[in-house]
Amino acid sequence: MSFSADSYISEIIAEFEQAPRNVPRAFSRRSILKFTGAAGAGLVLAFSLTPSSAEAAAAMAAKDFAPNVFLRVAPDGGIVIISKGPEIGQGIKTAFPLIIAEEMDAAWADVRVEQAMINPAIYGRQSAGGSTSIPNSWDQLRRAGATARAMLIAAAAKQWNVPASECTASASKVIHAASNREATYGSLAIKAAALPVPDATKLTLKTRSEYKLLGNRFTGVDNLAVVTGKPLFGIDQTVPGMLYAVYEKCPAVGGKVASANLDYIKTLPGVKDAFVLEGNGITSEVMPGVAIVADSTWSAFKAKRALQVVWDESGASKDSWTKIIADAKRIAKQAGADSIQKIGNVDEALKGAAKTVEAFYSYPFVPHATLEPQGCTAWFKGDEIEMWVTSQTPERARTNVAKMLNLAEEKVVMHQLRAGGGFGRRLVNDPVSEAAAIAQRVNAPVKLQWTREDDMRHDFYRPGGFHQFTGGLDANGKLIAWRGHFITFTSDGKTPVSGGNIAATEFPAPLLANAEITQTMLPLMTPCGAWRAPRSNAIAFAVQSFIHELAVAAGRDHVEFLLEIMGEPRWMAPQNPGALNTGRAAAVVKLAAEKSGWGQPLPKGRGRGLAFHFSHAGHFAEVAEVSVDAQKRITVHKVTVAGDVGPIINLSGAENQCQGAVTDGLSTMLNLQVGIENGRILEGNFTEYPILRMKNAPIVEAHFIQSDFPPTGLGEPALPPVAPAIANAVFAASGLRLRNMPLRNEGVTI
Amino acid sequence: MFKVNGTEQSLEGIDPSTPLLWVLRDTLGLVGTKYGCGIAQCGACTVHLNGQPIRACVTPISAIEGQAITTIEGLATDKLNAVQQAWIDYDVAQCGYCQAGQIMTAVALLKDKPAPTDADIDQAMSGNICRCGTYVRIRQAIHAAAKGGVA
Repeated sequence: MSFSADSYISEIIAEFEQAPRNVPRAFSRRSILKFTGAAGAGLVLAFSLTPSSAEAAAAMAAKDFAPNVFLRVAPDGGIVIISKGPEIGQGIKTAFPLIIAEEMDAAWADVRVEQAMINPAIYGRQSAGGSTSIPNSWDQLRRAGATARAMLIAAAAKQWNVPASECTASASKVIHAASNREATYGSLAIKAAALPVPDATKLTLKTRSEYKLLGNRFTGVDNLAVVTGKPLFGIDQTVPGMLYAVYEKCPAVGGKVASANLDYIKTLPGVKDAFVLEGNGITSEVMPGVAIVADSTWSAFKAKRALQVVWDESGASKDSWTKIIADAKRIAKQAGADSIQKIGNVDEALKGAAKTVEAFYSYPFVPHATLEPQGCTAWFKGDEIEMWVTSQTPERARTNVAKMLNLAEEKVVMHQLRAGGGFGRRLVNDPVSEAAAIAQRVNAPVKLQWTREDDMRHDFYRPGGFHQFTGGLDANGKLIAWRGHFITFTSDGKTPVSGGNIAATEFPAPLLANAEITQTMLPLMTPCGAWRAPRSNAIAFAVQSFIHELAVAAGRDHVEFLLEIMGEPRWMAPQNPGALNTGRAAAVVKLAAEKSGWGQPLPKGRGRGLAFHFSHAGHFAEVAEVSVDAQKRITVHKVTVAGDVGPIINLSGAENQCQGAVTDGLSTMLNLQVGIENGRILEGNFTEYPILRMKNAPIVEAHFIQSDFPPTGLGEPALPPVAPAIANAVFAASGLRLRNMPLRNEGVTI
Repeated sequence: MFKVNGTEQSLEGIDPSTPLLWVLRDTLGLVGTKYGCGIAQCGACTVHLNGQPIRACVTPISAIEGQAITTIEGLATDKLNAVQQAWIDYDVAQCGYCQAGQIMTAVALLKDKPAPTDADIDQAMSGNICRCGTYVRIRQAIHAAAKGGVA
């Protein structure tokens, strides 16, 4: 049995963090192939040796100007831009096309956006995870747009018999100012299509001061469809003749079906079939269970309630959160067996310290709880399968299905649909593989629908964790030693579970003269995975709260204490966007402090708390302003966010991500957890998993330092500082130090 | 029989215990109304029954015989409802999955209270979860729709 959840996304993140920044991927010269289509019909620039694609073929047939797979200009002036990656609420279906439209100088109103089919051979990477969509695609998409602009300018210059260098482009037009002439992109489409495609790596891209679109506020391209209830999401997919399926798995992961009342289930109204799937034993693909196929979702749901399965739990999880907490507390003060980081001599430094501080922090397992429960539609046609997925890693989903059904990848025709939330859940494609396995047994298209309870109980959870810290301060209140013991989990006995590791570079260790991080891994079978800002979402709470404890013990201002730790501006690994840049870090801390009114007096019972965290290539500092009453009831009045992710693509989307991250961060730290006993997840629905509601949503003020570093993602890095900023504000307001999430376990309410 | 967005629909042959949600989605193909929890906790399935917001996921069709249902698809007539327009103007959605339910609740609120306070809004919207955390924008959009005219 394999419990590997999302090694794929770890690979993506690692590749991104290690890649040099100045080489545009997917445009390396050997991967470019130029070829001419039917005479006069168009040119296609592909990113591999794949000779064509359905999209390119359609464009050629329509006599559109389609210089690459990302865009088409029709003779009537309509511009179609293809968004290649999954939209999960992070706004990429608006951001990707904006990048292309900017470089091609398209008028945004002329642009219609289409979602790409899954075919990484022509689009390059198609995934949404690790906040890597923007940094991984920035060069590729800019050059796709710039290619179109260069060719449209060349077509106009040829038509006017003037040098291309005298022409400019703006709002879907080429302009020759000297002769006061202009031509629309539509009027140039056919002529541009007859020109050779230039080498995209040699094109001159715009500088930030030349941007007309990027950095402004744009409403999302799907918003009209969203507010009018158009079919848009995975769950909305219908195929003529489609049946509806549910899938019941063992409540303790690893259990197998011993027997089930299938004969009875098959007699129930609307039920077409019921059968056992043995699965392939891979938690991220198909675990054993019972499938019920019916003529409606409700018939299937009703039959699922009547289903009785006897599980063979001999190999199933017996995990217990209660036992885990007891084990962690018992071993916390020892050093962990694994050495993660060792700098200087912590023992000596602590001996010489004027003051030492110790603390123990903890946090629970949490599910992703996307509002659209997991599901997938599949139509197995014998020698191929067509699928409609809401995956963050559809290219991986396609590979998994091809392998499982023994089909060539091109025989897995995969459409990507808007997903009702991702947060890392859809990096893992178990619902896609399950749907494929069920579809293979059903002679009709079939939509697999998980119930909310299925979704909450069969997740890849943000692993819980524990941190025991000791910090040493010298006589001047300077941090001179840091010791951390991180208690996490392993399911293979060798490596930490997904989302449950700590890096040697974790702040602030590499900035200190003496630092030590050790790790203990407790055994676990419960599947774990990346949850919005994996690792950071929990580590930041512990680390940045403890840094505040040290600042308080030193009698120093938190801002000043943090800035001292950061020290001189330096990039810890130059040109690596995954490495902390202390200059950018200090700048966001100062900006958050300035914008939040840091240091200005507040009434009694009200306080400000600060936290910084660097993750997913984003530097973020946040200040929360919080009131606390005598009953430990808190009010979060405002959270000021200061971030540096380079230039902003869509300011409205960027602010929305910050607002969402703060709300998500508060919701999770305050109230959210799942218990695990006898391998079972105890919570099943929103009654027991109380997501924050409107009246408690804080006001969020987002400020961005739009530096000239290449832009990086914003789906995640605004989240980690939220919890420690609020916890530190609670301390400032009341003297109450909160070290265990969720806060409701410590009697805190909102 | 019952009316959906002004059109008579027959309930013949449908299990009377079936929640309205699944009749809308699976039988009538009106998929704007969403499934989130199945127990009236999240509000993603909010529709109007004779103008009042209800949770379609726990409303059996036996309870709506002879009555009028409005769904998100029936909100706009020749132009968008002011609430829908405000949702676009304020770029409210992130994933967008909850927003049909949020909008249906907001429209009912404005019918009842054309100029709601923040407290009125928080109260009326308390049954609708947004997992992405767009609450502040929802509040702004409701205020904007209220100012822009009767929703």
